[in-house]
Amino acid sequence: MSPPVSRGFRHFRRPEAHEADRVPPGQYIAKGFPVLSAGPTPHTPLPEWTFSIKRAGETLKSWTWDEFQALPVQDVTVDIHCVTRWTKLDTMWRGVPVETLLDQVAHDAPYLMAFSDGGYTTNLPVQDVLGGQAWVAFGYDGQPLEAEHGGPARLLVPHLYFWKSAKWVRGLELLEHNQPGFWENYGYHIYGDPWRQQRYAGD
Amino acid sequence: MVALDGNAIGGLLLEVFGTDLTAAQTICATCGNAAVVADTVVYLRAPGTVVRCRTCGNVLMVIAQIRGMSCVDLFGMAVFDEGQDR
Amino acid sequence: MATAAVRGRLTWQTATVTAVKQETEAVRTIELDVPDWPGHRAGQHIDVRLTADDGYTAERSYSIATADDEPVAITVERLDDGEVSPYLTEELRAGDQLELRGPIGGWFVWDTSDGGPLLLIAGGSGVVPLRAILRHRQRTGSDVPARLLYSSRTLADVIYRGELDQYRDGGAEVSYALTRSQPPGWTGYSGRVDAALLAKVAWPASQHPLTFVCGPTSFVEAVAGNLVSLGYPAGRVKTERFGGT
Repeated sequence: MSPPVSRGFRHFRRPEAHEADRVPPGQYIAKGFPVLSAGPTPHTPLPEWTFSIKRAGETLKSWTWDEFQALPVQDVTVDIHCVTRWTKLDTMWRGVPVETLLDQVAHDAPYLMAFSDGGYTTNLPVQDVLGGQAWVAFGYDGQPLEAEHGGPARLLVPHLYFWKSAKWVRGLELLEHNQPGFWENYGYHIYGDPWRQQRYAGD
Repeated sequence: MVALDGNAIGGLLLEVFGTDLTAAQTICATCGNAAVVADTVVYLRAPGTVVRCRTCGNVLMVIAQIRGMSCVDLFGMAVFDEGQDR
Repeated sequence: MATAAVRGRLTWQTATVTAVKQETEAVRTIELDVPDWPGHRAGQHIDVRLTADDGYTAERSYSIATADDEPVAITVERLDDGEVSPYLTEELRAGDQLELRGPIGGWFVWDTSDGGPLLLIAGGSGVVPLRAILRHRQRTGSDVPARLLYSSRTLADVIYRGELDQYRDGGAEVSYALTRSQPPGWTGYSGRVDAALLAKVAWPASQHPLTFVCGPTSFVEAVAGNLVSLGYPAGRVKTERFGGT
């Protein structure tokens, strides 16, 4: 028995005709930039911040904040899609392409686990963070990325649901085999393609 | 994102466990802190629900509701005790 | 690892809105007719679920504004960025249906048999469950000593003001702290509820008061921290944090 429809209830804006092909199925246009989190906002001081690429527990390469800021950056405008159904079009970010980081280590790992301050993890195929598909972003909308949105730096992987764009990211652990990260462990889809509505395992 | 407390998941726990658990006792498996569910730290729609110990911040419980099923993980609690009815 | 997957029980039921009442510019009380309502206790809340015509759903929790022997009503503050509150405070009308679940809550509740003295501290819409407690206290003719300290931005934002003032006739002490602006000749408190104001208003810890603090998370945590500094044992300070959507 389906729940009764609430007369007149609509919140998030449904996409209009001119934007329909940019909004995946089941998504709505967000008001503002919602903040969702599994835990408190971490505050790692920049002098203590590092970004590392690891494999089998060993650190292959690590950057301090200053070293990170010296890397080549890109300014990108992308659409983002949250599994809780909001989509935000034309978001502007500044960050280092993940490919630039991975190019500095010799590896042939097929998968990775992004890990963040506070213990959050999420898994990705390495192929999905190469080729201009992913960044470690530290600027949003022309400003330094705010802590509540993942600052000082977060992963940005806009072609997948936004839980894969780990906030407060501190590195990537290269993996031989795919493993579920935090939400994937609880039934969220192991890959998370919003265009195929891969919200939950089995979709 | 502002955290709420365990009062906010009373309905969810009612649905999952069939009883009101806001006054149930928990003991954190990480730090041993004892707290009623109402006093735990709750993050809603994270996309799932994450419940943390107010003292050490470690995860007590995760609830993900997917296709009408609730996946509940209580690994962070050493004790989860409904206790006696008032 | 202790994990289980459970199908949700059928806890939602459909109520009918019997009346809506504007309390302040941004706040509305919604009175409900809930078939098979089992009754509730002061301090409890309900979960409300809205469903759009395309199946999209949104759920929020709202404290019950009425005492245990009254029909269920909730008082909702419209949050401009909110997803649900604008609908409840502007669109919903008598005759509409509302899906709800409850009553919920076994901790942040008070019956006269719990005794006192009672200290009730409200931040903004956090006054709703505390008003239910005071309503219950009055309707049962209880003489449990009670103090309400209600923090609000301006006098115009104070919800239930006439009713709350009237509780003074029943022996409750009611005071307001206006944080943003005060009317000319204001004799209540001004500014935030801080340690100094609490030291002035709160019962001495030696009287073993039972305290309920409700409002936005930052308000509740600041107040609770200050009460503990005044010697209030944490176990007798009950808190309920409200979110912002």
